Formats: sequence, C-alpha cells, structure tokens
Amino acid sequence: MHQSTLTELSSALELKKISSEELTRMYIERCKKHNNSLNCFITISEESAIHKAKIADKKRASGDCTPLTGIPIAQKDIFCVNEIKTTCGSKMLSNFIAPYDATLVKRMDENGFIMLGKTNMDEFAMGSSNETSFFGPVKNPWNVSCVPGGSSGGSASAVAARLCPAATGTDTGGSIRQPASFCGITGLKPTYGRVSRYGMIAFASSLDQGGPMTQTAEDAALIMNVISGFDKHDSTSVDKKIEDYTKSLNNSIKGLKIGLPKQYFEENLNSEVADITEASIKELEKLGAKCIDVDLPNTELSIPAYYVVAPAECSSNLSRYDGVRFGHRCDNPKDLIDLYSRSRQEGFGKEVKRRIMIGTYVLSAGYYDAYYLKAQKVRQIISDDFKKVFKNVDILASPTTTGTAFQLNEKLNDPISMYLSDIYTVSANLAGLPAISIPSGFIDALPVGMQLIGNYFQESLLMNVAHQYQKVTDWHQKIPSGYQ
Amino acid sequence: MKWQTVIGLEIHAQLATKSKIFSGSSTLYGGAPNTQACAVDLGLPGVLPVINEQVISMAIKFGLAIGAEIPEKSIFARKNYFYPDLPKGYQISQFELPIVANGQIEIETEERKSKVIKITRAHLEEDAGKSIHGEFGNNTAIDLNRAGNPLLEIVSEPDMNNAKEAISYLKKIHSLVQYLEICDGNMQEGSFRCDANVSVRHIDEKELGTRTEIKNLNSFKFIESAINYEVSRQIDSIESGKRITQETRLYDPNKNETRPMRSKEEANDYRYFPDPDLLPIFISDEMKIKIKKQIPELPDEKRARFIKELGLSEYDSINLTINPDIAYYFEETLKITDDPKICANWIMGDLSAALNKENKNLKNNPVSSKMLGEMINLIKNNTISGKIAKIVFEAMWNGEGNAKEIIKDKNLQQVTDSKEIEKFVDEAINENKTQVDQYKKSTDEKKQKLISFFVGQIMKKSKGKANPSQVNQLLKNKLDD
Repeated sequence: MHQSTLTELSSALELKKISSEELTRMYIERCKKHNNSLNCFITISEESAIHKAKIADKKRASGDCTPLTGIPIAQKDIFCVNEIKTTCGSKMLSNFIAPYDATLVKRMDENGFIMLGKTNMDEFAMGSSNETSFFGPVKNPWNVSCVPGGSSGGSASAVAARLCPAATGTDTGGSIRQPASFCGITGLKPTYGRVSRYGMIAFASSLDQGGPMTQTAEDAALIMNVISGFDKHDSTSVDKKIEDYTKSLNNSIKGLKIGLPKQYFEENLNSEVADITEASIKELEKLGAKCIDVDLPNTELSIPAYYVVAPAECSSNLSRYDGVRFGHRCDNPKDLIDLYSRSRQEGFGKEVKRRIMIGTYVLSAGYYDAYYLKAQKVRQIISDDFKKVFKNVDILASPTTTGTAFQLNEKLNDPISMYLSDIYTVSANLAGLPAISIPSGFIDALPVGMQLIGNYFQESLLMNVAHQYQKVTDWHQKIPSGYQ
Repeated sequence: MKWQTVIGLEIHAQLATKSKIFSGSSTLYGGAPNTQACAVDLGLPGVLPVINEQVISMAIKFGLAIGAEIPEKSIFARKNYFYPDLPKGYQISQFELPIVANGQIEIETEERKSKVIKITRAHLEEDAGKSIHGEFGNNTAIDLNRAGNPLLEIVSEPDMNNAKEAISYLKKIHSLVQYLEICDGNMQEGSFRCDANVSVRHIDEKELGTRTEIKNLNSFKFIESAINYEVSRQIDSIESGKRITQETRLYDPNKNETRPMRSKEEANDYRYFPDPDLLPIFISDEMKIKIKKQIPELPDEKRARFIKELGLSEYDSINLTINPDIAYYFEETLKITDDPKICANWIMGDLSAALNKENKNLKNNPVSSKMLGEMINLIKNNTISGKIAKIVFEAMWNGEGNAKEIIKDKNLQQVTDSKEIEKFVDEAINENKTQVDQYKKSTDEKKQKLISFFVGQIMKKSKGKANPSQVNQLLKNKLDD
C-alpha cells in the first residue's frame, strides 16, 4: 500500500479497502522505522495525525469529505502549523511552536489531508544539499552516502522512500526541483504568486514559492488544486482563477513546441545527464512535440544576480530573529547588543550567517547601486529573455541539474561550487516562472531529473506534458531498494 | 554678529484608521499592553503585511489639500535597524517614490505677513512599539500595541526662520489634518508629534549651518521652547569658537534644555530597499478626482467666508476655524439662531472657558449647539438678559436641562411688564433721595454714573430679571422729569 500514489490512495479510501487510521499508522511506522537512517523528519506528529485520521474516517463515513480526505502527507518544516514545532531547520527556531497555520497548511487541512510530520530542510532553506540543517543532514534513499539535494531534501527523501505519499516543498532557487531530481520524484515550483506565502517562513520573499513534491505529475495536480489561489493575507498572491489542474493532464501534446535552451546543455553539464535528457526529449517528440533550440543568452548572469538578491532579502527577513520575542535567546545577556549578537551568533549556522553578511553588504550605503540595483536590472534582462523565447515555444526542456546527487560533505566547504549546482533552476525563480522536475533516468543507480519550464501560470501545461511523459516511461515508479 | 535660524520639520501624524496599516489589530489608544498586537504586529515567522487601503486615500487627501503631486506609482521600502520595540528588525516605510511630493502651505509670520512653506514629501509608514524602562527593575518591557499604527510623515523644506514660524506651520498642518479627518490631532496621545531640524548661520552666509535634530516633541509649547533653547545653544557655541556636531538631541521639558542622544557617527545605515512583500501602489486620476471631492471646506476658505459673509472680525474668524470641531459647532449654532457675533462671543467666551476649566472638548461638551442657539434666541427676544443668560448657561452646563426649562424652573424670565418695572424704579428713587438730588445737579458724565448706580439697585430688587433697556428708559424719564 505504501507504494501507492495519491490517486490510488484516494480510490482505496473511497472503496473502503483501507481506513485513514490504518493508512496513517502504516506511514507513521515507516517514518519511525526509517527516520534514524534517512533523518528526513524533524517532527513526526503521531498523536495529532492519528487523531485527525480518526476524524477523517468519520467524515468519510458520513459523506462529509473530499476525494483527498484521510490521505497522509508531510509538510516541509518551513510552513507554520498551529501548535506544532516549526523550526525551519534552525537552532534559532528549535523551540518555536507556531501559533497559527500557514495558508497552504490550512487549505490542505481543510481538504482532508493528514499531516504526518514536518520534514527536514536546509537551515532557513539556504542550501542545496540539506547539510546546513541544525537537525543534521538528510540522506538520499538511493544511496545514503549521497545528499538528497536541498533545501527541501527531507520532503524529497521521504517521498522517494515512500515514508509519505507526497509532501510539500519550497523553491527559492531550485529547492523543490533539485532535490526532486536527486531523489527521483516529481517536484513543481508554481508561478510566483500562485501559491500563498503566508505562514511560509521567508527566505527571499520575491523568489520563494511553495509547491508539491510527489510521485507523479497527476498527484502534483491534485495538490495544486488545493494549495493554489489568491490569499488575502499575501499581497503578492495573484487574484487569478484557479483551474482544475487534473482536467488537462490527458490532453495530447501533439504539435507542442518545446524550446531547448542552448546554455542549459553546455560546459558544466555531465555528459551522461546530457544523454539522458536528450533521450527524454526524444520521448516527448515521439508523442508529437516539436523541439527547437532557443537562446537564453544571459543565463550565466543568473547565479550572480540570485546571490545578490536572495541574500539581500534574507538579511532583512532574518532580522526578526533577535532573541527578544521568540526563538533562541542566549544565556545571561549583559546588555542589548550582547543579547542580539550572542543570540544570533549561537542561533544561526554558518551558511545562514554567510548570506546575512553578503546581503547586509550589498544593501549598504555606497554599494546598493553596484550590487542590489544592478542585480535587479539583470533580473529584468533574464525575464525579458524568457519573454522573447516564449513567443516561439510553449515550454522549455532541460536537465534539472548538471549531475546526479553528490556525496555528503563533497561541496559543504566549497560554497561557490554548491551555488553553481542551481545553475539550471534559479532563472525560473528570478523570472517568477513555473517549472517542474520529473524523473528521466538513472546514472549509477542515482536518479536524473528533467526540467520543464513554462510561461506564467502555465502549470497545467507543465503537468500535462509531465503526465504524458510519465504515461510512456516508468522512471517515476522506481523505488530505492530497501523501501519497496 | 547677526544670525539667521533655519528650521525644517518632520511631522508624524497618526492616520485615523480603526485598524493598523498592515494588520487588522485595533489602533485604539490606551489598551492594556500587548493586547492589540497580532501575529503580524509581533513579526512572527511567516507573517506578511497587507496594506490598509484607507491609509492610501488619506495620504492622497492630504497631498491634494497641499497642492502636491501624487505620483502614479508609489512603493514601500524597508528601513532596516535593530531595536527591541521594532519587531521585524525593519520598519516598513517609503523611501524612493513617496505617495506625496512637492506640496506647500501658506503660514502667517509674526509680522502678520504671509509666507509659503514648501513640503518636500509626505510618506506612509508604520509606527514602532514602545520600550518601557524603570517599571520592572533593571529590565526593559515592550508594549507592541502601537507597533503598526499608520503614520503619515510630513517633511518640510528648511523654510522656517524662527520658532514662531515653526509653530505657525505646525498649527496650520495640525488644523488641516483634522479638517481632512485623517488625524485626530491628539498631541498628548502622540497622534501628532514632530522632530525639528535646527541650524543657524551668519546672516550673509549662503551655505546652511550644521543641523541638529530634536526628537519627539509633542506639544506646541515644548516645540517652541526646544527650538529657542537649541538656537541660543548653537549661537553661544559658535560664538565661543566651538563647532556644532550633527546629532540627534532630546528635549527635556523639566529642565528646558536639549541633550545629545546619538551622533551621526553612530547613526544607522538603514539599508533601504523596496519591500518585496508589498506590491507598488498605483494611483489613477479617477481616484484622485474622487478623493478631491471628499475634501471639505478648509480653514483658510472658511475663515475668509466668515469675514466676508458673516461680518465677523478676523480675530473671531481665526479662533472659530482653528479646528473643525469648533467651526462645526459654530455653524450648527448658527442654524438655530442668526446672530454670528453673539454666537461667536458665547463660544469663545463662556463655552471655551467652561471647557478649559473642566478639561473637556467639543466632543464631550454637555451644552449642545442646539441648546446654546436656543438660549441665544431667548436673549434676543428679551426673555432673558445677557446677565441672566450666564446663570442659564451654567445650569445647562451642569445638566439641569435646556434654557427654557431652566428659566421656568428658576423663574428667571425677564420682567418686561412696565408697571412692575416702574414699581422697582420708584422704590429705588424713593430710597435714594440723596443720589436723586445729586443727579439733578450733575454734569452729563456724572449723570451716567448715577444712572448705573440706580440700574444696579433696580436689578438687585428684580433679582436681575428686569429688562435693562426698559429700566434705563423709565429711570431716565423719572429722573429727568
């Protein structure tokens, strides 16, 4: 049963093949069993999950339910869940019990999902390997000496190992897609503004976007139907009608025009990943899609621009963690400055501090124009490049990452090389575009992901193409050994 | 050596909304600490600000009233600094592209000349909370009820040259924001406060002198004293060969002096950048037209109209338009009775005195405009005299009913029956023969004094109720007979 997709679980519950309580207990047992080795959960909320599962069963019995009522899922520990510890992977918030639900959490709760627990992540979502978490690194179930990717590594690892059928993630520079790729699952970063950010702990506000991490594109559509849409608590959420994302999944992709950005197939790309991506694109061509090469000439500027904008926003967003009202506070501060500096010194890890320093620097008087303003201009240029390209093509296809999951500790002390692992993913964040990563093959028993980038609010097309691909391939059905 | 003072003011006017600028919490003053602070005001992880649309209209209204530009696009920025009563570690304010730019207002100088003060900008921002020292031993407590209250910061050019001009400008803005109904103007509660930038220079010097900023002044009197103190401190300092340090100073009203708070070297680099959580504000011409229609008659127009149409003196007109409550009260009273001058006298006289004495205002005033108007009508139709009216007014103030009821209850109706008055006159004449003889022999001037004496006697006998003009007439007839 634990190998089932959301779609399958929905029908099993509907047909009373299993109760929500049984299902929940089964997944909780799996979580407890495997969490020691994988470390993908920071919190397993057994008691509240079982309590809610019992309620779900009653609701199912009375008919007061949705097709999703009673299905267990996991939440990335960046989303505030009322009365549950919400740490954001940081010592700073290791004692923080959120007093409210994030909008995404509330919507999933209202639609009947049962939360099994909170997944591990890079501290404040800053990292590409899940090694910056205060709660220790997450392991990749395909090879426990490898990283699962980050920052949503806990969610990716948990879904890959089928400790939960689906989870949520957040993506600021690739934090859903890169771990999805490394762990062989499906991960969608929606258009900026499609999913409310209220209650999602901010890293870089103009780039952050929450989304589903699932086994299939079809499951992603089910979750998107629940979490997307305008939220009056988030001014940047877009007041645009939500479509039923499941409706277009089976549309034919005959005649679809796919752009292949030249710059995403150059230099840094591992040749085996290139081969696998080309083979995947061939599959799409077999389904009737037409491919053309396109130019995104400023791709190489995306990483530098991202590493100015994101740290700038993070330096300001993380100022609230000052030891005054909540979160970590140092012992016996001798004065206010001591309270601030020691609480922050003790509460934040190395990577977070590095980014706060960079961000503070680029916003400082005398440097603002040279860094922050210039980065914003680059961001505009990158968006314009995409706009131009989308005049001629429907979607873009590329590898999600340059290679497969790297070894734990391999890049931990080499931040530049770590940052470069986001080269294919950050542009979509800078431009605010939706993008999905889907399993497309394996190299040495490690998954490879293919990225599809769509035009604004074209999530349904992305999931349609991904679903059509998943109908003719089985990469997404592979489960790492030991978790089958 | 001749010195010129240069003053620029930054006014913080709290906008009169029910809820905060970026959250639904109440802005009501005086709540128990931290009872009016929600997750957003506390800056909890994950919360986001949502603009209270009302503040945008209020800022635009102010901008239109000072003839300013309202740019099509305006943005919010984060002003980053650490302070315990600033929950997010940044204040949401405006830096580039403020909502109001380049306005002006006319003030009157001490020499009663008109002078234009330019207003550089007015921008929206959130207030911080309050740090409370001294109530908890060595610890500092934080009250976040005020955090997130909407403020309009109004920044003037350094166009004022003495404390009186600064006060004149402040009073003008104070009156304006109340007329526009965008701020309650309550200075004790901090709804209207100001920082003053003060510098001095030689009269023939072109460059501005080094300025100091005096923080958080919350009464006209303190502002005037603080500026005057600061100006003489700066002049003394320069004349004794010292240099002025650019710094922030705090005014101590108890000692009437300013003291340094922090110097520019220690000042923060606020690292302003556009707030990514809030979208730019776009203001259409239609919106401006709509808001412009909501602007009521403003104090200057009202004053001119009172002089021209009601024949009031300039002095009366200024006093009756100083704030919208008094103007409204006056105009409402005039709807009941039709004598502007008597209305003005009563409002600025007995009513103002009573309000001041009991520390009340026109909102909790026990004598409504209708009650006052009716009483004035009773004076005008000779039911009571002006003197008796003072008794009636006091009784109305004490809640004893309206004028008619009080006159009836206290039997204060004026005696107009000439026979009855004649009786009082005769008695007074008979009882004061000496004065009658003196009268007959006196000059006109002396006669007038004696008439007053007799009137006094008659009024005593009638308990003030005899109609004064009838008394005068009868008395003169009898004495001159």
